Amino acid sequence: MKDAFGMPQSLLVLGGTSEIALATARRLIARRTRTVWLAGRPSPALDQAAAQLRALGPDVHTVPFDALDPESHETALGKVFADGDVDLVLLAFGILGDQATDEREPVSAVRVAQTNYTGAVSAGLVSARALQAQGHGSLVVLSSVAGERARRSNFIYGSSKAGLDAFAQGLGDALHGTGVHVMVVRPGFVRSRMTQGLPEAPMATTPEAVATAIEVGLRRRAEVVWVPGALRVVMSALRHAPRSVFRRLPM
Amino acid sequence: MPGKPEGPAGPAAPETTVPVTGWGRTAPTTARLIRPRTYQEAADAIRNCGARGGIARGLGRAYGDAAQNAGGAVLDMTGLDRIHAIDADGGTVLCGAGVSLHRLMEVLLPLGWFVPVTPGTRQVTVGGAIGADIHGKNHHVSGSFSRHVLSFELLTADGQVRTVSRATPLFDATAGGMGLTGVILTATVRLLPVETSYMSVDSERAADLDDLMARLTATDHRYRYSVAWIDLLARGAATGRAVLTRGDHAPREALGKRTRAARAPLAFRPRELPPAPAHVPGGLLGRTTVGLFNELWYRKAPRARTGQLQRISAFFHPLDGVPHWNRVYGRAGFVQYQFVVGHGQEAALRRIVARISERRCPSFLAVLKRFGDADPGWLSFPVPGWTLALDIPAALPGLGAFLDELDEEVAGAGGRVYLAKDARLRPELLTAMYPRLDEFRSLRAELDPHGVFVSDLSRRLGL
Repeated sequence: MKDAFGMPQSLLVLGGTSEIALATARRLIARRTRTVWLAGRPSPALDQAAAQLRALGPDVHTVPFDALDPESHETALGKVFADGDVDLVLLAFGILGDQATDEREPVSAVRVAQTNYTGAVSAGLVSARALQAQGHGSLVVLSSVAGERARRSNFIYGSSKAGLDAFAQGLGDALHGTGVHVMVVRPGFVRSRMTQGLPEAPMATTPEAVATAIEVGLRRRAEVVWVPGALRVVMSALRHAPRSVFRRLPM
Repeated sequence: MPGKPEGPAGPAAPETTVPVTGWGRTAPTTARLIRPRTYQEAADAIRNCGARGGIARGLGRAYGDAAQNAGGAVLDMTGLDRIHAIDADGGTVLCGAGVSLHRLMEVLLPLGWFVPVTPGTRQVTVGGAIGADIHGKNHHVSGSFSRHVLSFELLTADGQVRTVSRATPLFDATAGGMGLTGVILTATVRLLPVETSYMSVDSERAADLDDLMARLTATDHRYRYSVAWIDLLARGAATGRAVLTRGDHAPREALGKRTRAARAPLAFRPRELPPAPAHVPGGLLGRTTVGLFNELWYRKAPRARTGQLQRISAFFHPLDGVPHWNRVYGRAGFVQYQFVVGHGQEAALRRIVARISERRCPSFLAVLKRFGDADPGWLSFPVPGWTLALDIPAALPGLGAFLDELDEEVAGAGGRVYLAKDARLRPELLTAMYPRLDEFRSLRAELDPHGVFVSDLSRRLGL
């Protein structure tokens, strides 16, 4: 069960090697989390992530999960929920893709869309149903500011996150009053493995900062969290910038 | 044409699926809220409560998650609200578990009887009073509520209704057992005779925590009721300054002659202000506002005044005058932290008070009380010593970690926190705080092998 401050005792991470997810898990373990499920494609990296978390004290399990195989989600996640209540599901999987390559090779662009959007739709709905049955729990969805308004430089990734963001908001409204809380997290540029080698955008942040924002958001039962918080204002302005201006902005 | 709905032969209890929270309005979870009106409906509800179990709920005054059950059934017991029998000579009442202390006062005060124990609100049910084994300002004299319960009827997981009398394991597991042994259906409670519905109250100020503890230790035995409001925002030499209010039921002659009170000495007329609005912005009760309130409250209190007449409602339940006062903390809600440390652990109490005041926790409802002897309930909260209760807005940054540190201090001093108020305790500390927890667990395992009785509290703490 979550405590009065929204801190979960059990955590399911979808995308078990995500740096943001692992930073969040570490924070939550320091508070109340005693059971962690890391769902992801079986790999040494997943086992290593589990081992690192295990060293902090909790029971950590890994569970095979592939975002690109929605047919398997029901069974894979069903096992986790059958084992006991899950207080927090952190939907953290996603790939950035490479804009230039993806524009040339539609198949790889579709992969980005399938991972970030359709994979998340399936996993989100499966998780939501299970959370609803237990009458409580939070679903935290890692979206991105890139989804707020698609930019020339990464619109394939951006459009997949835009779809995910809209889906998660709608799901949150659908679940309002069911005891299940959906929180959309919109980080800006996060310095991590995923963005390695890319030119850093203004207001860049870290996985740890995102984790902190998630902890605060859970305490406040927030529906949308921006990281850093000032991005909310910036993006609100950018969202209303005329197309001809927006196109020419250096980002 | 739609077919006939299948179901039990009799009418089923009304049922809705709604989010439920405790009085602190934190951590909402959804449950099927069922309002049984008879024993049979309660038994049916328990039999059909499904895999996620059920728990009884009264008027929802437990601050935390004791009376909620995510995904399962919550039995709203306020439908069992009949007073079955009053022995006006012997001073006992037999009533349904859903009868509130407010209702008992309305009915019993004109007959010259008062409830044996009342907490800071009248809006609790008799069933809840037993389940949380509540205490009041008279704990140092009268103990907790269960001391005055002669027997009760309990609906257990097997669907049976058992009559449970004092000094049995089931009685002691249920008194303070947070509803996890079964559903209390009725109770027989011993009452306190009173001559009037007024209180004779002495007030005095204490300059700091040591002064306060000295005064409580020296003179508490002279009063039936005693409590101290403590200013936890005062710092330095004034740390722990307080206002003591102590008193007893006023005798008939104290009301004078030809006064309004004398014309109706046993009248019960609590006053009520309009309720708090449904939506209050958070952060209203910050350090500045609460600091200001505390300063005024302390200064307006008399240095020493004796024999002031107060209505029962003003003395015991000032907050009941504002319905839904818990909304003033805004959407994020609040937590109430109440702990007790034994006599001889004054140093721990001083350290905790100093830490709270150094941290500037904005708390305007902090009370300190000296407990008397403990009662036998296995999970009953009071033990002889000092108890401090305070309300804190849940949105306060870093509060979770801070309260964890206080828990360590409390557990280290052999103390405990009150489960009826808890919404955040670390489960690992529970066995240290409640040494009879193992007995409680094994009794539950025997009585309720399939785990029918479950609450969010029991899930969170592994009770």
